[in-house]
Amino acid sequence: MSLRSRLNLVIVQALIISLMLALGGRLFYLQVAAGLTYQDAALSIQSRDVVNPAIRGAIVDSSGIPLVMDRPGMVISVDRSTLDKLPDKGVVVLARVAKLVGKTANNVYVITRLCGELPASENAGCWKGTRFQPIPITRTATTEQALKVLENSDLFPGISAQSVPVRSYPGMGGENGAHVLGYVGSVNEDDLADSDKNYFREETIGKDGLELQYDDYLRGKAGIKTVIVDRKESVTKQSVSTQPVAGFNLVTNLDVRLQAATEKALKAAVLRAKSAGGRADGGAAIVMDVNSGKILALASYPTYDPNIWQIGLTQKQANDLFSENSGVPALNRPLQGMYAPASTFKSVSVVAAMNAGYDMNASYKCPSKVLIGNREFANFESKSQGTISMKRAIAVSCDTIWYQIAYDEWVRDGGLFPKSGLNDYFFTAARGFGLGKTTGIDLPSEASGRLPDRAWKERVYKENKDFYCNFKTRAKKSDLTPFLIEVARENCLDGNMLRAGDAVNFSIGQGDTLMTPIQMAQLYGAIANGGMMYKPQVARAIIKPNGQVVKEFTPEVIATNVLSKKSSKFLREALRAVVTEGTGAGAFSGFPVSIAGKTGTAEDKGRNQDGSAKADTAWFASFAPAEKPQYAVVMVVSQGGFGGSISAVGVKDIYTSLFGVSGGKVDPAKEIFPNGVPSQLPKVDPKNAKLVKP
Amino acid sequence: MSIYSNHRRRDRFRENFGQFDRILTFSVAALLIIGTLLVYAATRNWFAAQGLDPEYYLKRHVVNILIGGLLAYGTTLIDYRLLRAYTPIVWGLAVIGLIIVQIPGLGSEINGAQAWISFPGGFQIQPAELAKIAIIVGISMILAEKRDTDANPTDQDVLKALAIAAVPILLILIQPDLGTVVIISAAVVAIIGTSGAPTRWVVGLLLLAVVGGFTAVKAGIVDDYQVARLQSFVDPSADPQSTGYQLRQSRITIGSGGIIGKGLFDGPQTNGRFVPEQQTDFIFTVAGEELGFLGSGLILLLFTIFFMRAFTIAKRTNDLFGRLVCVGVIAWFAFQTFENIGMTMGLVPMTGVPLPFMSYGGSSMFANLIGLGLIQNVHLRTR
Repeated sequence: MSLRSRLNLVIVQALIISLMLALGGRLFYLQVAAGLTYQDAALSIQSRDVVNPAIRGAIVDSSGIPLVMDRPGMVISVDRSTLDKLPDKGVVVLARVAKLVGKTANNVYVITRLCGELPASENAGCWKGTRFQPIPITRTATTEQALKVLENSDLFPGISAQSVPVRSYPGMGGENGAHVLGYVGSVNEDDLADSDKNYFREETIGKDGLELQYDDYLRGKAGIKTVIVDRKESVTKQSVSTQPVAGFNLVTNLDVRLQAATEKALKAAVLRAKSAGGRADGGAAIVMDVNSGKILALASYPTYDPNIWQIGLTQKQANDLFSENSGVPALNRPLQGMYAPASTFKSVSVVAAMNAGYDMNASYKCPSKVLIGNREFANFESKSQGTISMKRAIAVSCDTIWYQIAYDEWVRDGGLFPKSGLNDYFFTAARGFGLGKTTGIDLPSEASGRLPDRAWKERVYKENKDFYCNFKTRAKKSDLTPFLIEVARENCLDGNMLRAGDAVNFSIGQGDTLMTPIQMAQLYGAIANGGMMYKPQVARAIIKPNGQVVKEFTPEVIATNVLSKKSSKFLREALRAVVTEGTGAGAFSGFPVSIAGKTGTAEDKGRNQDGSAKADTAWFASFAPAEKPQYAVVMVVSQGGFGGSISAVGVKDIYTSLFGVSGGKVDPAKEIFPNGVPSQLPKVDPKNAKLVKP
Repeated sequence: MSIYSNHRRRDRFRENFGQFDRILTFSVAALLIIGTLLVYAATRNWFAAQGLDPEYYLKRHVVNILIGGLLAYGTTLIDYRLLRAYTPIVWGLAVIGLIIVQIPGLGSEINGAQAWISFPGGFQIQPAELAKIAIIVGISMILAEKRDTDANPTDQDVLKALAIAAVPILLILIQPDLGTVVIISAAVVAIIGTSGAPTRWVVGLLLLAVVGGFTAVKAGIVDDYQVARLQSFVDPSADPQSTGYQLRQSRITIGSGGIIGKGLFDGPQTNGRFVPEQQTDFIFTVAGEELGFLGSGLILLLFTIFFMRAFTIAKRTNDLFGRLVCVGVIAWFAFQTFENIGMTMGLVPMTGVPLPFMSYGGSSMFANLIGLGLIQNVHLRTR
């Protein structure tokens, strides 16, 4: 063998050894150095989590009567992996099952598509889950439909019927509760992106109301079955699985009978206003325990059937929920509706005046009008009441007294050029009652109302200065009236200043002042109990299915002594006088329980869709019994007209049920809380709960 | 023909078998056994799930090994020096086969390469495997001719050898089966280098390979799918559904085996058939996942032992022809092993070559075992 030959042989050998070493090195890297990474990668390729949702907890009232609970429903679902293997990809089978459940073939086709399979413009209702999960077509199938599917598997390949929990609303007291309860729905991409929540794609979660507020307790823990799949997604092996853990039950302070009565009274008030020729486009009613802030009933009108969320919204239903024409039924008016409080606000003004040193036992003039600057401010219906006591002034709802006081105080504070260290008695009193801030009720999306104080004026001025100063070029043609042009000119000049008119309007709850009904209930609750501001609380406790108490919600005081003993005493008497001899007397004549309250008839400067001016907002804010207050009841009907006739009667209807009034007498057997508001937790057994009719 | 038909033959078998190089025989036997288990592991679940015989591939693989074993034994019977006489016939058959695969209706295309001849009964052969042997023996013969002295091959000899290699290589190139072309070229360069031919030839051929490969890609001689394979090697996310997917799955499958593996028959990636062509080109992924670093490292070790032992045989013989045949076969196996395992681990671009002695597939198995037979033959005749 030549030297070169031998040398080259060694070179070839070395080359081949190096090739093998390269393989060995790479193998070491893949399996030893980076082995764990690849093991994770492999696991994510092979494993699929199949979610078995937990039974959702029930929401019950304070005596254990279910407001909403899971009941067995029948779901008919589609297995895409089977259908996709059919020659026509299951089109015929889907049409067949659509006919069976009474849906259109196209609708069923769309809802069984994965969202990525259809163009975005056509995928409304598409399946947000995965292909190897049963895709439900309906959750409200009948047993007959289910049997047809199960018995004719040759006609319905890949279609299955199975019982699943469905949210149901027994309505045992005749209540609806759509707003306070809220609703549940499928997890969407935003929910999944929420890193605080560990939602599964297939879960049903609370979307609004109590269902949303207490979702973490109600939802339970879904069971997870991990399966190992092959490349074609068929299951080769079942791996670990965890059993679903049922959600906890939520005990509320609500009472189904009172809730039903409140809803009924609100609806009747709205219909009464309508039959009187009013527009009455919505309303709210609240019953609260003044000594704890417990919400005993919470009603919003117009309402809707909460079951629609289970059957599946049609496009029309979805639109109607938010349409002005149908009165925006989705709006939870007790905490999202904002209305000028009008005369109900005078209770705050009383506190302001007393703090400013006005004598509540003195007499005041109640003329038909007061001249403030160069503008006349008329009394309600421009009636003069002569010289009357302050108590009487509250009872008959005299406005001019408050104009004068508010104006005097405004002048004292420096008028247009405020002094340093101003008193601002009215704003201070309102702030003391928490106006302009949310009450903190345990329901989502609460509005904060509006406290139009100096800071607010300054802020709004900054935002709108440009518009007012260029009104002629910016405003709509129709708004270019001499009056509005003059208003704009004034606003441009000194819109940031608190003018006399603002101060005067504020004292009677008009102008830019807005309150939510729940703020009103909290306010009158504090007046009733002598100065304690409670957080309105719907939830009472969280209880495990086995009865173990997870969490109890005790009354939460957010402010104490918001009014003095003296003002409290005076207000209770004055508000009682409203009902005995004032604006509320008509509604409550002959009523056997001593009610104290205040009417409110608020001007709304807004316009309806058709351009017509909005009618007055009708308020009645009250508590009872007047001597030893227990309940605060508030009702508002927007565009309802007179507070004293529309809402006061509505509130009387609520008290009638609450105290079991019949034939002009209290019938303790018909009283809803004969032993007071329940303080003991009820036994929670939603399936076997029985309602005791009062 | 049965080799057991008379006593004389049986005795000779015993005699020969005893004289075979034990290390070589042992390492190949071990690879064959492991390969058989892996083919079974790769296919049993898959076939069982379809309601088919889970041992279908196992049985056929064993039959292939037995036939290959007979061919290997047959190869050792005649003195390899006498084999030269058959070389032109084998070469001619290979070239004819390579032409036939290009004829529509006779040849069949699998995975983009027109490389198989189908026979009735589902039996297919791959003439390129035969061509490997023909070229190795053919050019070894040319370069070793009349040279049992220390004189080195002339330029003329090298050109002649290249001509013999070029015809089948070109035919394989148009299939196209780039992986096989690379393997044969490597074997050719290794043989020429070891033959004592002028160094400029080795350097020149290596340069030619680089320039040729570059031109082939540029001029579009290489099919789109091959370019795609190359691209997905550089950037595996480029083509996630096919080639890139395959490579990624392959790497994940091997990597997930870890040190000790998931256990034979228990690889979830393998059983889920996430890697295509698991029983053939990607058989090493099964080893990686189920046998782990210990098992697949053992496979690399067995191959290395085999190559080193074959080199020892090549060095021991005084016959240049025998040595060149050994070097050719070693280079063939080594490059094919490197290409195949390197591909499954993402070390080299994807090519469709099977893993010697382990992948399922008749033609390849027969050729590999004949290659083993050739080395044993050289060993037997080295005294």
